[in-house]
Order: sequence, then C-alpha cells, then structure tokens
Amino acid sequence: MKTLYEKTLTGAGMWSGVISRGKRLRLTDLEGGANVSMLLYNALERNERYNMPDTLKGQHIFYLRAPYCLHSDMGRLLASITADTVGWHDTVCGHSDAARVLSKYGEHNYQQARNEWHRNGRDCFLIELAKWGLGKRDLVPNLNWFSKVVADEAGKLSFVPGHSKAGDFVELRFEIDTLVVLNTCQHPFYPDPVYRPRPVKLDVLAGEAPGPEDPCFAVRPENLRAWENNETYHTLRS
Amino acid sequence: MTESSLDPASATYRHVIPAGDWWVHEIKKGQTLRILDLEGNQAADTLFYSAADPTERYSADGTIQAQQALYLTTGTKLMSTEGNVLLEITADTCGRHDTLGGACSRESNTMRYAHDKECMHACRDSFIRGAQEWKVELTKRDIACNINFFMNVPVSPEGGLTFADGISAPGRYVEMVAAMDVVCLISNCPQLNNPCNGWNPTPVEVLIWDVLERGL
Repeated sequence: MKTLYEKTLTGAGMWSGVISRGKRLRLTDLEGGANVSMLLYNALERNERYNMPDTLKGQHIFYLRAPYCLHSDMGRLLASITADTVGWHDTVCGHSDAARVLSKYGEHNYQQARNEWHRNGRDCFLIELAKWGLGKRDLVPNLNWFSKVVADEAGKLSFVPGHSKAGDFVELRFEIDTLVVLNTCQHPFYPDPVYRPRPVKLDVLAGEAPGPEDPCFAVRPENLRAWENNETYHTLRS
Repeated sequence: MTESSLDPASATYRHVIPAGDWWVHEIKKGQTLRILDLEGNQAADTLFYSAADPTERYSADGTIQAQQALYLTTGTKLMSTEGNVLLEITADTCGRHDTLGGACSRESNTMRYAHDKECMHACRDSFIRGAQEWKVELTKRDIACNINFFMNVPVSPEGGLTFADGISAPGRYVEMVAAMDVVCLISNCPQLNNPCNGWNPTPVEVLIWDVLERGL
C-alpha cells in the first residue's frame, strides 16, 4: 500500500487529522512501551463519536485486537483493526490528567524544563479537539493502543508491563471519513516511576473500502450489521 | 453489601420511575439519593452533571481509574470529568453495579440484535428527552458513558465481556451522598432484547433525604 503521509511523534506528542474512508493509519511503537490515546469522530457529523460501551458489548470483548472494529454511538463503524502485532489494547482506563502526572512524577513545568516539560493526556486531547471546534463536552472514554490492562474476578485492574515491544504495530482501516485525535502520553497506570513517554510513528496508507466478506465483519454478526448501517449512510450521502 | 440506616418514611422526596421513562432532578450537596429496585433485576441507566456547570459530568473512565477497578459498590467515588468527586456510594444491598455497558439505543440495537429492532424504545432516546428538559438544555453531546445500577456485566480475566443475568432482587437498593450539587438523569431501561432487565422492565423508586435527616 502506498504511503501518503508519515510522521514520528515524540513521547507526549499530539496529532489530529481527518482520514477518509478506506485509508489506513498504522501506528508503530518505535522503542517498546508506547501508548497512544485516541478518540474518533465522524468528520462531518462530529457529535457521532467513538463509543467504548457499544464497541465492547457489540463484540462481547473487554479489549481490542485485530480483526475487531471500533463502533460509533450511532450503530455504525468508524474503523476496523486490520493488522495488529500486539493483540490486546485497553479502552476502559481513560487518560492521565495534570494532577495525576504531578503526583506521579513531580513538578516539571515549562518554565523549568522548556520542551522537556511534563504533558498529560487530557491537556493534549483538549488542545487538539479545540482545533476542530470540539471541547470538554466531546471528551469521552478513549482507546489506549499498545497498553494491556486485565481484570480479575472482582474487577480489580492490573497493568501488564512489557506488553508492546519495539517494532510492534497496529493498523486501522477507516470505514467512514473520520476525525482522529491522538496523543502519545503514557497510560495512566504505566508503572515506570520516571516520566519517559515513548515515540510512535504514524503512517497513513492508501486503501480501498472493504466488501461484506471482510474478516473484520465476519468475526461478529454485529460488525456486519454495523457495516450495513455504514453502507446505508454512504448511499444516502453520496 | 452495606445496609442503610435511613428510614424511607423520613425521605423528603419519593418518586416512582416507570420502566421506559426518564427522570431528571437536582441532588444538593450532602443529600442522600437512594435508587430502589422495586421488582428486581431492573437496570437504572444513570448520568450525573455538576449543577453549577453541566460541562462537568460523570466520567466512567475517571471512576474506573480512580479506584483501579471496574465495578461500583459501597465506597466507590463517582468521579467527574474534572477529577472531582460527584457522589460517593454509601450503601448497597445489590453488591455491584456496571459502568462499562453504556446505554441501549435504537441505533445500537440494529447492530447488536437485528435491523428490525430499530423501532423499539431505548435508553438513549430517554436520556435525550430528559437532558432537553433540564433548566439548561443539554444535548446528545452531553450524553456520555453512564452507570447501570443493578446491571451485571462480568469481565473475565481472559477479556470476555457479557451481559449476564441480574444479581439484583426485589427491594435491593443503592445509596449515595452528593459531594457537590449534582443533576441526576435516569433512564429506567426499556430493553427487551437481553437479560439486563430480566426480560421484563419494571419500575424503580428514587428517594432523597436531606442532610439533617441522616440520623446525625
């Protein structure tokens, strides 16, 4: 597939952009131990957004991996996970905020540290959302690519360290024109006591929209019905 | 399981929410809200907002992150999107409550069950109507991931997630004290396509006690 765009994000970097239907976004963990927090919105109707509960209950799964899908709150698909060397990605733990980063890593502001200062996931989300006319009301439970968190029988959560290795990647295929908002701040439960967020490479690749036989739709009948809802949306819109 | 010492006879407010209906009401700081499952296994889909600034609202991921655990029960602090405590659960005779399952919608019913289920009543329509009727009009944008009181969504260590049969029963309740003035929006779930309401949606009752009547 032809690469249309590539960019390497520093640790605690941020990015947003609209990626149209059929194109792929590949995220590569360059050093191991990365985290990419992500939110997704229908690019044209931005009050349609990634919905963690519909994604989980629609596919009877607590985490994400290929060949599963990312569902919106309108019965449609925003994206499908078409390639994945990691196998488990969190979507229930949210993102860090300034208070958590301060209490975990101590004071490290811009005045002292210039661009080595400590950023946090919430500020990064709010900054990028604002550029598309969105804000606090649009902040909902996000994805955390490359991070694995497991629950025991009582619901207690544990972060699994060493899960994503250098060179691991995950690739999304967009099923609708999508606003992607992401940052590379650490997972809120990342155990490293040193503030050391990891770089991630973004590649946007050319691609075509899939047909009904696609493995991401075959994995669950719910995904095929959601894709049929996408087809109706695109038929009416085109 | 933690029982409450509050006497329903001393509650200052009581209201029965029929299945499929919505309820929106302010709970003042220090007041106690009880949600009572009258007939058993009834999901009460619930959202909270700061009454002073409704852009500050209940955060499911913030609540899970704060307690590093999935299920809600006595001692759980219900966190806001600004990192503040909205309410704290102080009594619970059900045992655990869900905040991963979200609310049903007509659109998601087509995905989850069949395209011809689109006509069936769903929580997110109730949330929309309740939100629109609050003093400051709220919209779909303000409706995020909610709490499902009395609903059982077990997650396995292997990462499976299911809507299981309820663990609630007639007369079980959950009680919480407001840490700030909050707006409570409840959709009493009308879902008929899964066991979250025991296949038979029934009413719940909400009761409120004032600060001074908590037996202090």
